[in-house]
Order: sequence, then structure tokens, then C-alpha cells
Amino acid sequence: MSVSSLSGSDHTRIKVDHVSVTYRTSLEMKPTFRGTMLRLGRRQKVVREIQALKDVSFDVPHGQVLGVIGANGAGKSTLMRTIAGILPPSEGRVEVDGQVSTLLALGVGFNRKLTGRENVILGGLAAGLSRDELEHRYEEIVEFAELGEFMDLPMRTYSSGMYGRLAFSVAVTMDPDILLIDEALSVGDARFRRKSFEKMRQLCSEDRTIVIVSHALGSIQELCDATIWMHKGQLRMWDEPTPVIDAYTQFLGVREDALTMEDV
Amino acid sequence: MSSAAFNPPQHVYEPHRVGLPPLGPYVRELWRRRQFAYEMSRTDLRAIHYNTVFGQLWLLLNPLLLAGVYFVLVDILRGGTRGAEFFAHLMAGLFAYYFVSDAVRKSVRSVTSGGRLILNTAFPRALLPLSSVVTAVKRFLPTILVYIPVHIIAGLPVGLHLLWVIPLAGLLTIMAAGLTMLVAAAQVYFRDLKNILPYALRVWLYASPVLYYADEVPDRYDFLLAVNPLGGLLTAWSDVLNLGQAPDASALALACAWALALFVAGAAFFVSREREFAVRL
Repeated sequence: MSVSSLSGSDHTRIKVDHVSVTYRTSLEMKPTFRGTMLRLGRRQKVVREIQALKDVSFDVPHGQVLGVIGANGAGKSTLMRTIAGILPPSEGRVEVDGQVSTLLALGVGFNRKLTGRENVILGGLAAGLSRDELEHRYEEIVEFAELGEFMDLPMRTYSSGMYGRLAFSVAVTMDPDILLIDEALSVGDARFRRKSFEKMRQLCSEDRTIVIVSHALGSIQELCDATIWMHKGQLRMWDEPTPVIDAYTQFLGVREDALTMEDV
Repeated sequence: MSSAAFNPPQHVYEPHRVGLPPLGPYVRELWRRRQFAYEMSRTDLRAIHYNTVFGQLWLLLNPLLLAGVYFVLVDILRGGTRGAEFFAHLMAGLFAYYFVSDAVRKSVRSVTSGGRLILNTAFPRALLPLSSVVTAVKRFLPTILVYIPVHIIAGLPVGLHLLWVIPLAGLLTIMAAGLTMLVAAAQVYFRDLKNILPYALRVWLYASPVLYYADEVPDRYDFLLAVNPLGGLLTAWSDVLNLGQAPDASALALACAWALALFVAGAAFFVSREREFAVRL
């Protein structure tokens, strides 16, 4: 791990310092009062501890684009949520310097009964944007997502591609200091994918700190300055993209062909 | 408004002990994002056609019909002795009770239905139940206009004492805010709370001095007014509106105690638990 060459910039934007995340969650399909009553006296375990991150440390200097790769369940999304301040660490410390915009596994569209417009406004207000800023960016979002009159229809009428397009547009239009993007690079049809990739390339070339989680190794290779490989909650490797991707594909036992590079 | 002034761009996330986060920054963030609660409430109100004339009439119809039905019921039980002033008492009480119970009923699923928003955005979660209080306030305001003619026709006293309504409504709001946070957080752990809640709220109405005057309660049931959070408050409410006098001091003290206790308990429970919601949904 040639860590020293990757950090040590004049200004660290994200510092993840020996972070572990352990949380307790219910195993019940639906936790109910009735269930709790009926279980009284029986010693049945319904709460389990899950260790999602184990002693992860790295930092992201200002202007760097960091890729995060790893198998399903490796803790990538948990890592992103910890940086975003959604899940508190159980140990360690996360320092984030700047406004964060998150596109974590399609953040907008929390209420399918509401229209696209309402979801965008509500999501933006919750994220801390002012109404003026939102008004200001709304047109841009709609234009980029190419959703037109669909914005005034309930989101239950959207196809999954349209969902993804809207979410992507919201995240890239918010103009944050730090952008977190979780597996949303390959949404929509071929044309939109091309467009979103171009947008990503533009954002990455700007002076902006970005963390991208993706299975599209080709995109990671092209967009990122550094890459970390997460494995079972631990940081397995932190280096420049090429060696990390090589090691990762070798580990998975797949060849680096067009398929694995784009959509593993 | 410059958002930077309220939002120090430096964030540090560290392990928390079980307990409350620093309350100062929490409240500041909450206040900074209050527009979210208003917008959330506006969306809810749009769904019930609050902004149209017929929508408004429809919303008023339910408590009005109920007031009529309860009046007849109580009047029959009382051998037909109730007058217009009792109708006014009944109506004022029902409207106040519905203010609190609407907020609670609306808030119970506010967190559990916030799925993606909670999973993917960092914001003070208390905004979700509190938006139900905003909705309830907006639903409560038009009922005041309906009450005024009834008050006048019933020949009840009009005067400066009516200003007592303002602090009492404030106490109702504080109590409602506490309760909404309490049930919204509890619903995360007990998903059947929303099924139990309507029954609990119904019992609460019957235990409150709405269908009867507080001073009609026989001695052996006096404790009900004390253990019922709305007991003192609705007694004071009726003192002011119906008897035309300043509220009884003991009722007022009881009302303040309950409102503050519920607010503190609800807020403490919610805020100390909210960082866990993302893994419990």
C-alpha cells in the first residue's frame, strides 16, 4: 500500500480515522409489541449485532476523486453513510470539511405517492438547501434528467431508469463541496449513461472532492485518482486505481473484459 | 439568508454514548431546515384538499357531525337538560382534542415511511414528526372560525379573559409535539403501535372532560383528570371559553406539568434514538 503518495495533500477534506461501525438490528420481519409480548419468557434472540466496518482508515485530500470497490456486502454503502453523517461510527472518528451532497443508492424518491417535483423539493430541503437555492436549481435538474412533464406525476409511475435519472441529476446539480455517489453511475438508457458519464468526467475534472462507489471498474479506472478496496468491512487496499482494480479482479477470479469492467 | 452562517462546514462524527447529541447544534440544524417541515405538511394538506373550499368543508364536517352526535347522546343520557352552552363546550373540547389526536395519528408513521430519506440524508429526524404538528395547527385554525358563531349564539361571555386561549393553545401544541415524537420513535420498534393507537386515542377522548364538564366528574373518578394529560388542560380550556373566567390555578399547573413532561420525554426519547433509525427501518 503506497499510502503516503495518496494522502499528504495540503488540505484533507475527508479523514476516516480507525472507524468501526457496529450496529444492532432486529431480526424480526416486523418488530411488534405483540411479538415482544408473545416472546416473553422464551429466550429467543431477535436482535443481532452486525459489524459493518472494522478499523477503516484513509483520507481524501481536496480535489481528489476516490473510487470505492468491493463485493456486495463489503461495507461500501455503510462507509458512505458514515461519511455522510447518517450512521455514527461505533469507534474511531470521521472528519468531513465541507458541505456534503449524497447520492446514496438513489436518495430521492422516498415517497412514491408524491410527484417527482415534491420529492426533489423535500429531499433538497432535508439536505439543508434553502428554498431559493432549490428554485434556482430545479430547472437544471429537470433539464438534465429529461423528465419533462413526468415531474408532476407521482413517482410510482416512474420506471426504474427514470428514478435513477432523477436521482443522478439531483446529486450532480446540488453543487456541493463533497459529492458522495453510491452505485448510480449506470442508470438509464445507453444515451443517458453516456451523458451522465460525461457529466461525471466534467465534475471530476473540476476542483471537487468526490467519492464514488461503483461496480463499473472501467469508470472507476477512468474517473478516479485513488481507489480503495473494501472486503468484509475492512480496508483491503488503498492505492491508485490500476493496481487496486488488478488485485480486485484477480481476487474475484474474473478477467478484465468489457463485461467486468463495465458492470460487475 | 446565508446558510453558511448556520452550517459550519466542518463536521466531525464520533462514537456517541447512549444518550443525547449536543442539543445546541441539533436545534440549530432543526431550525435551519424548518422549511422541510412546512413543505412536508403542505404536501400532506394538499393530499386532503386543504386548499379548496370543499376540502375545508369536508375537514370541518367530521368534528361538526361528531359534536352533533355526542350532543344528542349526552342530552338523552341527561334527560334532555343540556343547552346551547354545553354544545359550545363540547365543540371547543372536541376541536382541541382533535388538534392533538390529529397530530399524533399523522405522526405515527412519519419515521417508518421516511425510508429512503432517512437512509440517505443526514438531517434532524425530529422534523418528520414535527411536520405533523404543523399540519395539525393548520387544520385547527379554521375550526376557530366555526366555533366563534356558536360561542356567540350560545350567549357565552366575550372579553379579555378569552386571551387565555392563546397560552392554552400553546400548551396543546407543546404537548402534541412531545407526543408525536414519542409515537413516531416508538413505531420504529413496535410496528403494531399504529394499530393500537386509534383505540388509545378513542379512550383518551372519553377520559377527557369533553363529553362532560370537569366539575361533573364524581369523586371516585377524579384521578382520571389528573392522570390524563389533557385533563387539566381541557378543564382550563372550558373554564376560559365556557365559564368566561381565568383558568383554575390547579388545572393550569397540571396542564403545564403534563405538557412539559410529555415534550421533554418525547424529545429525549426521539432524539436519543434517531441515530439508530437508519439501521432499524
